[in-house]
Amino acid sequence: MADFILFNSYLILLFPLFSFAIIGLGHINSDNKFVAKFAIAMSSLSLGYALLTTLAYLSQPKHTLLAYDAAWLNFAPGLTANLGMYLDPISVMMLVVVTVISLLVNIYSVGYMKGDRSFNRFFALLALFSFSMLGLVTSGNILQMFVFWELVGVSSYSLIGFWYEKPSAVAASKKAFIVTRFADAFFLLGILLVSFYSQTFSFQELNSPSTALLLKDAGVLTLGTLLIFAGGWGKSAMFPLHVWLPDAMEGPTPVSSIIHSATMVVAGVYLTARMFPLFAASETTLFVIQCIGAFTALFAAVIAITQMDIKRILAFSTLSQLGYMIFSLGAAKVCADGGGHHGADVNPLGFSAAMYHVFTHAFFKCMLFLGAGAVIHAVHSNDILKMGGLKQLMPKTYWSLLAACLAIAGVFPLSGFWSKDAILLAALQSGHTVTFLVGLITGGLTAFYMFRFFFLIFHGEARSHLHHVHEDPWMTWPIVALTVPTIFAGLLEHSFVAQVLPPHLGETGHFAHPAWLPWLATLVAMTGIGCAWLLYGEGKTEKAAALQKAFGPVHTVVQNKFYVDEVYLFITHKIIFNCVAAPIKWFDRNVVDGTMNLCGWLLQVGGKGVRLVQNGELHLYLGATVVGLIVLLFLGK
Amino acid sequence: MNGSFLLTLIWAVPFLTALVSLPVDRDDHRRIKKISLAGNLINLLLVIGLTFAFISTSSEHPAAAGAKLSHFHFTGKTVWLQMLNIEYNIGVDAISVLMMLLTAIVIFCGVLASWNVEKQAKEFFVLLNVLVAGVYGVFISLDLFTFFVFYEIAVLPMYLLIGLWGTGRKEYSAMKLTLMLVAGSAFILAGILGLYFESGMNSFDLQKLAQATFSPEFQYWAFPLIFLGFGVLGAIFPFHTWSPDGHASAPTAVSMLHAGVLMKLGGYGCLRVGMYLLPEGANMWMSFFLVLVTINVLYGAFGAIKQTDLKYITAYSSVSHCGMVLFGFTALTFAGIKGGVLQMISHGLMTALFFCLIGMIYGRTHTRTVSEMGGLMKVMPFLSVAYVIVGLAGLGLPGLSGFVAEANVFVGAFANPAPLYRFCTVLAVLSIVVTAVYVLRAVNGLVNGPISDHYKTLTDASLIEKIPVTILLFCLFAMGILPGWIVELVNGAVHPIYNNLMR
Repeated sequence: MADFILFNSYLILLFPLFSFAIIGLGHINSDNKFVAKFAIAMSSLSLGYALLTTLAYLSQPKHTLLAYDAAWLNFAPGLTANLGMYLDPISVMMLVVVTVISLLVNIYSVGYMKGDRSFNRFFALLALFSFSMLGLVTSGNILQMFVFWELVGVSSYSLIGFWYEKPSAVAASKKAFIVTRFADAFFLLGILLVSFYSQTFSFQELNSPSTALLLKDAGVLTLGTLLIFAGGWGKSAMFPLHVWLPDAMEGPTPVSSIIHSATMVVAGVYLTARMFPLFAASETTLFVIQCIGAFTALFAAVIAITQMDIKRILAFSTLSQLGYMIFSLGAAKVCADGGGHHGADVNPLGFSAAMYHVFTHAFFKCMLFLGAGAVIHAVHSNDILKMGGLKQLMPKTYWSLLAACLAIAGVFPLSGFWSKDAILLAALQSGHTVTFLVGLITGGLTAFYMFRFFFLIFHGEARSHLHHVHEDPWMTWPIVALTVPTIFAGLLEHSFVAQVLPPHLGETGHFAHPAWLPWLATLVAMTGIGCAWLLYGEGKTEKAAALQKAFGPVHTVVQNKFYVDEVYLFITHKIIFNCVAAPIKWFDRNVVDGTMNLCGWLLQVGGKGVRLVQNGELHLYLGATVVGLIVLLFLGK
Repeated sequence: MNGSFLLTLIWAVPFLTALVSLPVDRDDHRRIKKISLAGNLINLLLVIGLTFAFISTSSEHPAAAGAKLSHFHFTGKTVWLQMLNIEYNIGVDAISVLMMLLTAIVIFCGVLASWNVEKQAKEFFVLLNVLVAGVYGVFISLDLFTFFVFYEIAVLPMYLLIGLWGTGRKEYSAMKLTLMLVAGSAFILAGILGLYFESGMNSFDLQKLAQATFSPEFQYWAFPLIFLGFGVLGAIFPFHTWSPDGHASAPTAVSMLHAGVLMKLGGYGCLRVGMYLLPEGANMWMSFFLVLVTINVLYGAFGAIKQTDLKYITAYSSVSHCGMVLFGFTALTFAGIKGGVLQMISHGLMTALFFCLIGMIYGRTHTRTVSEMGGLMKVMPFLSVAYVIVGLAGLGLPGLSGFVAEANVFVGAFANPAPLYRFCTVLAVLSIVVTAVYVLRAVNGLVNGPISDHYKTLTDASLIEKIPVTILLFCLFAMGILPGWIVELVNGAVHPIYNNLMR
């Protein structure tokens, strides 16, 4: 029975694909109610089968298995890319996360998109995304992952630009696609490099110790893994490729919730985890991963403090949390008191912690976005200065979001506390004190900006005229449902740390858990919340405005996101477009084509010249003949 | 049915179609179009039949990796000019079958896409069919002389088709295109004659020539002649400039056929005549051509960014994508050559659809300038979605044909460990970013954004317009999702060429 379920686990993907095909091809103009029901039914089936698969997977002893595998694309003798269903702890975990969130977001969208003229198109694209994301997490080889990697990219592109008449949305979708595509080009190079030396695409073979050895001997281990990581760098929006994510908030809020916070943006983290044994073979790669993660965590948290757009605050918060996951992975192997025989210097806690944070973050961040969407729906604005006093009007949303904010701030005993604690512990054990401190400080900043967000929206008096504010049941219940994992996911801490482990890295590391760490983390979080309460607790902005003035230009720089976007604009428009593309266009028209025209012109002129002589006048011909004869006679002598 | 008879029939049917429409009253456009459609439908079915027959034959007698002769099927031979040893010698391998399939699909769609040609419709369709007959002839010829004759039949009607039915600076474009291609033909002819005499057999027979040993000195000067000569038609840098002007001026069906199929004759010739017959020349010259085609790939992509006319954007993207065909060949690896062949098919389908859609959009908006359009998704969702999809195929999105081809090209190019190859491969891979930039700029400018008032009353595609678009879209998806059988077929045909190169 279990084998049968596992063998057919590709059905999890086929339900949303079917949904996409049916809605997209047959029902793009049909009744909205039918489409909504159909989409929800399909994502329920997908969730149901994902849960069955999870049970079946847990009931069998193997750590990883290829439940389904078929040849897809043959490159050269001995090098074929397959399509498969790869099940291991992290892919099964992601299957559950993606299907649960997909179902809830589908339900929520019925309320959120009500009355939109492209209601059906929205559900079709959402289904396409679910299909691609599920394909990504269950990929059995790196080329298959690249295929789905691109497909989630294009679903993200078409959903960010969903409201295609809005120029800002169109620009944002293009930016998102091109920035991630830039990273993907390096990812592709990484795939080419690694598969050339190892002659395989399969994760199982790539992750085996012999492949790492092979690549090390060829001297391409660090280069190859860093190139592959570059794909994740773009997809998970690490600095400086983070610029697309805040702009991606132009898409409908359910999209931001599922794609740009809970699932797609963790693809980079997932890729790193998926290839962890190979990455871990290069200390440089892990170190780079750790540095870039830690820097992004802090950088984005600082920006989040100054933002006024409800969704951009959450976007920067997502960036910061992704930074946590990435640096946690980077901290996984490197262990200060390591040494000795192979395996002893391995500490998989960072790996488990990162995956655990992926899990908890997916739920509470998804809920935060859904809540933000409900607020936007009620207020018709994204500006938190125009909100305030929504506590009485939207009580269910208020209490649910409180749970989410406490969770992300890392307050005991909510889910975020446990996963952050695990990450901080991993950072501490890696021996990189700087990373640990960055993690700790970012935790404080997170608590501060999340409660600034929370108080400004819900507390105090309404700062703009609100009418007809109500809670749509379609939208409210998914939010309320998400409080369950937000609050209780902490119970899973032990099973994550004990079971979600990278292959070939053996047993759980034995590590000490300093008793002061949870207390310190809680203290920092409480300080952050306290500061937010002092400044914004009554839903007023006066105190903050005074503080803002005191900071002056520093605040301006941070609020403008350190002008990274402007640097990009300069590079793309001023340098690439005007100094490369435009000259090439000119060169092609004037030099290359000009040469061809010159050839044509010379032929014409030459033809005209010859025609002057060939004019049909006999005396000229005769004269020429005589002259020629004389010349020949002289030459003959 | 006898295999070689079927092959003859396939190029004869378009000729007959042209002949049958001659006596029709010149004002009876409908009948002429119907005849043309019927002829090409028959041919499409014949070619599909041929493909199935080929698959079953080649699976019965699989081409052994080392064998040199067995990969041509349905061969037939008749003496044509005895004293010069010229034969009407035909036969197909997997590459030619797939190219014929591509041709049949593209021309069938092209006839439907030119359903509203009203000016001198009779002459238009007659010339179109003659041209197509020439294309089929090239793909079945195993005698270089016949090959060359068909090649010229395919290239020359283009002059009239663009010069008479084109738009813009059509005479100039037609003249430029024809002169450049004919100059290329001169190189080819010189090369072919060289092969004829150097082989010491006084034969144009491709299969005999493949077994002849040519001296390295001969290969050294003959290979670039042939590769460049065909390369002109494949838009090799710096002889690509006929392509933007030619395509921009040509009417829809001609653009489709030209970019979709004729440019493939270039790649096909490079492979079939150049690399297959002159393997040592190929090995000697490939680094040089690698640099040229890498320039093609990048230069075409960058060139497309700043273009404003939809047809120019597509033409420059063709320069880049056709560069990818030759890039795969120049890699001199198994996967690379295969990738080049796959890219020929993929680019043929894709660019035919591009020009088909541009023609339909131009027919409505009467402009091809991107900045003057916008928001077309609202009034013509079918055409817009199709444009987005073909754009995505252009930038190599998995699930569409472009990815299958490009992945093979890249894997193949990377498999050549020489530093220059590595460097060029890195550049070529990075070009996918530039491709994304120009594709999305065009897509966003065209279908997204606010719509201007005078476009609000435009209508979406009619039924007869939807048919070719749907067929081509179907093919893009079919090749992208289930590439297995095409790849298997191409594998069989690439082995002999690859083995010749490596011996």
